[in-house]
Amino acid sequence: MSTSTPSKIAGAGTGTPIIKIRDFDFAYGDSQALFNINMDINEKEVTAFIGPSGCGKSTFLRCFNRMNDLIEIARIKSGKIKISDVNIYDKDVDVIELRKHVGMVFQKSNPFPKSIYDNIAYGLRIQGVKKKSILDEVIERCLRSAALWDEVKDRLSESALGMSGGQQQRLCIARALAVRPKILLMDEPCSALDPIATAKVEELIHELKKDYTIVIVTHSMQQAARVSDRTAFFYLGKLIEYGQTDQIFMNPRDPQTEAYISGRFG
Amino acid sequence: MKRFYQHELEDLRTKLILIGEKANEAARIAVDGFLENDLGKIDQALALDDAIDALEVEIDQASVRYITLRSPVSSDVRFILVAIKASHDLERAGDEAHSIALRAKEILACDGRSGDTVTIAQMSLLSCSMMTDAISALVEEDVELAKAVIVRDKKVNELHQQNFETLTIGAHEDGTETPTRFQKVFISKSIERIADHAKNLAEEVIYLLEGAK
Repeated sequence: MSTSTPSKIAGAGTGTPIIKIRDFDFAYGDSQALFNINMDINEKEVTAFIGPSGCGKSTFLRCFNRMNDLIEIARIKSGKIKISDVNIYDKDVDVIELRKHVGMVFQKSNPFPKSIYDNIAYGLRIQGVKKKSILDEVIERCLRSAALWDEVKDRLSESALGMSGGQQQRLCIARALAVRPKILLMDEPCSALDPIATAKVEELIHELKKDYTIVIVTHSMQQAARVSDRTAFFYLGKLIEYGQTDQIFMNPRDPQTEAYISGRFG
Repeated sequence: MKRFYQHELEDLRTKLILIGEKANEAARIAVDGFLENDLGKIDQALALDDAIDALEVEIDQASVRYITLRSPVSSDVRFILVAIKASHDLERAGDEAHSIALRAKEILACDGRSGDTVTIAQMSLLSCSMMTDAISALVEEDVELAKAVIVRDKKVNELHQQNFETLTIGAHEDGTETPTRFQKVFISKSIERIADHAKNLAEEVIYLLEGAK
């Protein structure tokens, strides 16, 4: 992999890097899951991680907000991940604060069994925001950002569980936006959605990148091609190729990338 | 729901219309230069060739990019295929215009005049109108207009055959030098080919709109 040395960092292009990964090795117990990853992720761009199941892309994504801390055997063997020039694995880093800056949307939508309004207000209330006028304003802003406002504005007090799957997923995105993150991680956000709901989430991703940095893990190469500015291909825990999405899909440099994206893998 | 990349197809359509207009303009100016023995117009036609070639490359690249990144289906994928084929036809029409201009320049250098040009002028009017209508059929998505273009190709072929006979068998009646008459046969052939490319474009428009050849 030509970009694995620190002197030649993958993704270092014209954009401003907000996430910098250097010499990153990660393991679950004795089993190494990520090998010497070096890459930069640019601010206000959509970066897609693709690769076969088990290649380490979701593991890597979950390193950005330290979700892997919740797994007992997970450990960083070496290397650093810096977000806005802060090493997020430093001892002084407050993980709760980190997760405010790095929001996450999961494969399966997971709204709380509360009203639509309360789902979005949840994070703010935990932060101590109680004034209704502020909550109302943030909730409208987030629902508008998630392209949901027109669909739910007349039923904010109804249960979020009564929404369609696609609406629930967009509600989870709206909920993540409420605490004003800089970065939004999306782990296969459309895998449980029908094509129309998927298209709506993709439209939303395209809109959100004006204000947020988005990193998305997807099994759908078509989706990566449609929504992302840059694509990273992982295989067996290694970053095989990373570059502009146009280049990765139209003229990949590594034969393994070519084989994977053209379905001739394995 | 309009997708966020829909404008890329619109941009492609705009480029396709532009290459069509440029190819048609090059053909018209080149023939005018020949008919009027006007070196200025001939050079003007020659100068258009690079822009036409560049547009074909742009259309090819944008088409491949759209197919690769946007997974088009149905009328969108037909449009992309039409864009690739039509841009090639229009680039070839531009090449024919370039060839007409070069031959007109040769005639000016050799004979200084074109001699009898009535049939070539008639062919040029027909082929230019065919190209204009083929482009309009694409812009306005008009199947009937596209079908009408195809029918007119036969007349251009007949006129070319007539030209060929006049300029070879009845060469003595033209009053120009032999090299000039040869150049005029080639110019006639180029105009006939431009009409063929207009016909091809019309066929592509029909495929685009009806989904079948």
